[in-house]
Amino acid sequence: MSITKRTLLCACAVSALSTAALAQSITIATVNNGDMIRMQGLTDEFTAQHPDIEVNWVTLEENILRQNVTVDIATQGGQYDVMTIGTYEVPIWANQDWLLPLEFSEEYDVDDLIGPIRDGLSVDGTLYAAPFYGESSMVMYRRDLMEAAGLEMPDAPTWDFIAEAARAMTDKENEVYGICLRGKAGWGENAAFITATANSFGARWFDENWVPQFDTEPWKNTLDFYVNLMNEAGPPGASSNGFNENLALFQTGKCGMWIDATVAASFVTNPDESTVADQVGFALAPDNGLGKRGNWLWAWSLAIPAGSDNAEAATTFVEWATSRQYAELVAENEGWANVPPGTRTSLYENPNYQEAAPFAQMTLDSILSADPKNPTVDPVPYTGVQFVAIPEFQAIGTAVGQQFSAALAGTMSVDDALAAAQDLTTREMTRGGYIK
Amino acid sequence: MARAVSSRRKIGFTILGWIVGFLIFFPILWTIIASFKTEAEAIAVPPSFINFDWTLENYITVNTRSDYPLHVMNSVVISVGSTILALCIAIPAAWAFAFSPTKRTKDVLMWMLSTKMLPAVGVLVPIYLLFRDWGLLDTRTGLVFVLCMINLPIIIWMLYTYFREIPVDILEAARMDGASLPKEVAYVLLPMAVPGIASTMLLNIILAWNEAFWTLNLTASNAAPLTAFIASYSSPEGLFWAKLSAASTLAIAPILIMGWFSQKQLVRGLTFGAVK
Repeated sequence: MSITKRTLLCACAVSALSTAALAQSITIATVNNGDMIRMQGLTDEFTAQHPDIEVNWVTLEENILRQNVTVDIATQGGQYDVMTIGTYEVPIWANQDWLLPLEFSEEYDVDDLIGPIRDGLSVDGTLYAAPFYGESSMVMYRRDLMEAAGLEMPDAPTWDFIAEAARAMTDKENEVYGICLRGKAGWGENAAFITATANSFGARWFDENWVPQFDTEPWKNTLDFYVNLMNEAGPPGASSNGFNENLALFQTGKCGMWIDATVAASFVTNPDESTVADQVGFALAPDNGLGKRGNWLWAWSLAIPAGSDNAEAATTFVEWATSRQYAELVAENEGWANVPPGTRTSLYENPNYQEAAPFAQMTLDSILSADPKNPTVDPVPYTGVQFVAIPEFQAIGTAVGQQFSAALAGTMSVDDALAAAQDLTTREMTRGGYIK
Repeated sequence: MARAVSSRRKIGFTILGWIVGFLIFFPILWTIIASFKTEAEAIAVPPSFINFDWTLENYITVNTRSDYPLHVMNSVVISVGSTILALCIAIPAAWAFAFSPTKRTKDVLMWMLSTKMLPAVGVLVPIYLLFRDWGLLDTRTGLVFVLCMINLPIIIWMLYTYFREIPVDILEAARMDGASLPKEVAYVLLPMAVPGIASTMLLNIILAWNEAFWTLNLTASNAAPLTAFIASYSSPEGLFWAKLSAASTLAIAPILIMGWFSQKQLVRGLTFGAVK
């Protein structure tokens, strides 16, 4: 072999080794939601811009993901460089110093992030997670059934109107139910919906001394209203229905109204999946005239654990995936209707998006009407609209949700369910040291 | 003397057997059928059994989104590896319990079985920390080790039961002929216990294949087996039944095929010693 060839081969080998040494590999844990899967599909676009960063994806079911990333971040396992987490985890984990504060370039334009979403992901003014998509909840209803019932849905309905409309739209013989609401037990299922509803009835989880409030009149009014409404105008077996079950019912024409995540708007108006796509209208979540609506606030966000060995590459990825340029990339590849919603004000000012997503304005209005810092009529010591941002809430929320689900299923009275919720919450809060 | 069974009874039992078999198999059949539907058809009420537009769309999506061969390879390495490692430990242990018992043998066997009564989540954090410190997170080696430990009590118990069926006189005869202990085990005991060992091996491969707690918690991307592959197709917001069914069908296909070809050994092993 000639000296020239040997030199060339050596140079190639050194070059390859140097590239390998410089390349960083990041592992991203995420949930199996349409927007996340779309992001996964656009990975090549990111690696084309950043050839020195290799991206590995771990997609998991939400509960498994939550367990995995919680164990990993609590033990500083370092398995993941970017984690998909919700507004519930961000303040708790940031206060534990488990998350790295995020600092992006000027071009990123942090001020473009929608106010309540940004607030929910910040602690003391520092952003700890970048919102990938945000959502609130709103009323989705069948315009044809509403018209047949001789009613007109206002943009901002009251609970009384919703109850009246639900009863008028119900036709049990033809399996059409006036209203579909979450009944499946879980802190992110029925407890989330009923907590947001309770806010609009003037109820709250705790007073300012962390004393549970399930024995108060507003909670009794909330649960009575919910159970009675569902018994009269809800589908059978509603205590087993979560988001997906209600989505299926609505898409197959069995629900007159459905109050749930704003992200569902794109599903129910998609003619490929929904039999009622051209008949869907939208309205703000209902209120009771007390100054708070029954809508929640949630954002699936990208955060970087403090134990990550590739924080710089992870930050580069998070900045790319939550940027305005990413929204344009999605629009270019999949259309404006598929751009992740609920994170940037500029998206809602974009005429292309407004045209592609008829529910855009209602989604934005819903998000803007939620206030995670002051979620209730009376003051509370916690943040979070449909949850209480304390580590104990997952367990307490699920246990309380089980009592609510039992009340809906009829195996327990509303009074007994609230008494059980009060007892178990008091016990856990005392154990947790909140109640002295 | 065997009792004569009337042909009418035979037919009755055969039909009953087929009905029970069909009922047990029905969830798997329904999963396979759903994997060929669109998401809208998969949730349709009333559901259609065969009268729908069959599509391979879900399989295409699953194969595009996930690295199926990698997950299969991880499942094979983890389940076979952990079973072989466990057998290497369990065969000598079961031999000792069966042919050289002491007055504490039964206590030791019960103690080993009692380790299965501990909820796995109770030791998740200690195991996770050990794996982190030893660099075993998201590695096949780590999972082979953990699944071996988890299934070891069952393997020892099964082998112990099989070994006890073997007449000790045969082993004594081998010893009188001058066979050393390793030769006694290798040339006399193991050939006689092959059906039992084979069924133990198959059953434990299936157990390791289906294990979903440790395989999900201790892996991320490199060593994730088919359990993680399935878990990635459940969605909190959006329809997913058809794609999840396609992922499940792909995940159970290898073990279903293996079970089909080895059902004779499996049944023989499971009923070994049931009738003397």
